[in-house]
Amino acid sequence: MNRFDWLSEYLAQLQDELIVVRRGSARYLPPAHMLEIDAEDWTRAHELAAANGYRWAGLWADRDDESARVLSLLENAGDYLVLLAELDAGNPAIASISAHYPAADRPQRHLRDQHGIALSGEADSRRWVRHRAWPADQHPLTPDFPAGGFPEPSPTPADSDYPFQPIAGNAVYQIPVGPVHAGIIEPGHFRFHAVGEEILKLEQRLGYVHKGVEKIAVGRDAVGLARLAGRLSGDTTVAHAWAACQALERATGTRPPRRAQQLRGLLCERERVANHLGDIGAICNDVGFAFPQYQCSRLRELWQRHSDKLFGHRLMMDCVVPGGVAVDLDDTGITTLRHDHACIRDEIDILFDVIEDHPSLEDRLLTTGRLSAASARELGCTGHVGKASGQAFDLRAANPYAPYASHPITTRVLDDGDVMARVQIRMREIHDSLDWMDALIDHLAGDGLRASLNEPGEARIGIGFVEGWRGEIVSYVRLDAAGRVARFFARDPSWHHWPALERIVMNNIVPDFPVCNKSVNASYSGHDL
Amino acid sequence: MFRILKKSLRTGVVTESPPDTADAELEAVGTELKRLIDRRFAGSLAIREVDAGSCNGCELEIHALNNPLYDVERFGVHFVASPRHADALLVTGPVSRHMETALLRTWAATPEPRFLIAAGDCAVNGGEFGENHACRGAVSRVLPVDVAIPGCPPRPIELLRGILAALNAPQTTK
Repeated sequence: MNRFDWLSEYLAQLQDELIVVRRGSARYLPPAHMLEIDAEDWTRAHELAAANGYRWAGLWADRDDESARVLSLLENAGDYLVLLAELDAGNPAIASISAHYPAADRPQRHLRDQHGIALSGEADSRRWVRHRAWPADQHPLTPDFPAGGFPEPSPTPADSDYPFQPIAGNAVYQIPVGPVHAGIIEPGHFRFHAVGEEILKLEQRLGYVHKGVEKIAVGRDAVGLARLAGRLSGDTTVAHAWAACQALERATGTRPPRRAQQLRGLLCERERVANHLGDIGAICNDVGFAFPQYQCSRLRELWQRHSDKLFGHRLMMDCVVPGGVAVDLDDTGITTLRHDHACIRDEIDILFDVIEDHPSLEDRLLTTGRLSAASARELGCTGHVGKASGQAFDLRAANPYAPYASHPITTRVLDDGDVMARVQIRMREIHDSLDWMDALIDHLAGDGLRASLNEPGEARIGIGFVEGWRGEIVSYVRLDAAGRVARFFARDPSWHHWPALERIVMNNIVPDFPVCNKSVNASYSGHDL
Repeated sequence: MFRILKKSLRTGVVTESPPDTADAELEAVGTELKRLIDRRFAGSLAIREVDAGSCNGCELEIHALNNPLYDVERFGVHFVASPRHADALLVTGPVSRHMETALLRTWAATPEPRFLIAAGDCAVNGGEFGENHACRGAVSRVLPVDVAIPGCPPRPIELLRGILAALNAPQTTK
């Protein structure tokens, strides 16, 4: 099957529905295909897409003095389709699509809070990313928002009157948790409604680590943007920086050297191994089995020390730069890596064997925190959350980008959808990544590390797609004619995983929340922006 | 069970330092830390970590302090769940405005005498995010900071050195 074979059918459906496609082009935002439609057809176009089973993968707006447009990302068969609608810049409004794509609820509210774009139709009227740092009638990403924001009142009051959805009933009680959690973890608020031990409903309130990323990205140069992208979520620094660099490179028509692409892949897979190791240990620890936690955290530490030694940073921050990479690998490095991979393989063979068939782990992890395939599909889950619930999509295989196009990687899918399945996906991914890295380092090209970015010459847009350890990352960039960032939006997979967690914990017991949460490990910072 | 024991025995006690420089430094810092904690905190320094807008990079490195290679509990440092149990706060992030009140309340809940360590470039000077409409910037802009640990993120050994520096700093009672 060829790329975009399915698109003609969708276009015919749009035509049948009298939806006018004003512009349709594969050249505007490659590798995505873009269709510009009228704002009034927004919901209907998404309804058709949902009926066709297209995965919804993100929503953002791009607004300047003269225009406001909203972009929605869909994926089918590994191909990306961007729907774009121009809005009335003076009074921008868009209809809600959350009836067809429920995961769009929070991105839409983010859009309203940040850009002042009104929502019509079935839309949640509550704020999302905005707490109390700026007034309700002000929107940070509009041109007239004051540069310094609204420093008063100081201190910024707590967002204490956020209207959680109530559940009524005699024995129903609430458990408020956070924003400061009981461990060394990121802040957010969880509102549980429970009866006895059973969770009836979890509602999340996020936005506590909102840092104004989309606004402070504006005006940066390419290098500055990559640094910022590398700090959206510290555990995903490589993948986010890579996605942003991809967007910059596509916007400017720059092609990084092959060796740079290969090293990016290597860094990204190292990041995957480190995070999976850490989480597998922590999941076991959450059900009182400390042995894998100590073993995995030991392996992770050794792994990060090697990253430090080879690439100068334990988390490999700022190694991916626009046009290529800032690090290299010599023959000694290759030998070290090969040895490292062999050692860790020996260790995890024994360790994962224990985890896979330990009765007390089976008792706690099997059937706990199930996410149905239908939910995973509906919410657009990717990464270990999607793959453990029957969603095979993995960008590295579905639409391989460099270096995965020339170095194919094995990807996995399971159907059980429980905590154990998410652990199993992660264990297998570690093995697959090790195998892939071993094969890659035998074939490193010698064509250099970094190309300089071409001057854009005029305003340009670009989009990046990278499969990080949590799943698919999307990065959108608009550059002005001088090559400065005019708009940046990054969509972490956590936008889709947080709503999935709300479904995962339903009818589980409150004490199993930590293990359910850890098995997903969605990012707060990557989501709050 | 046998496999677990075998793996545990084979792995051995990794905490004991092989004789390379990094770990020699860890031992030196740790020993000094333990001496001060024994003297000033009766053997136990309780730290409450607060993420005030961090990207989670600092949290990963603070977590690493608990892995068996650092195993900071052996020096008397332990991370607690409640500020009411804490001698010190370890604060990361550029103080996102949305976390500002939560941070202040956490500090208010920490019994005196207490001290505050700002860890990571964001907490020290605002870092990559700086001061903007959504961030206050350095932690020192909202709370008195006793010791600042720069780094993006600081390595675990740098965190330990920072904690040691905090214990060596003149006693503050706030």
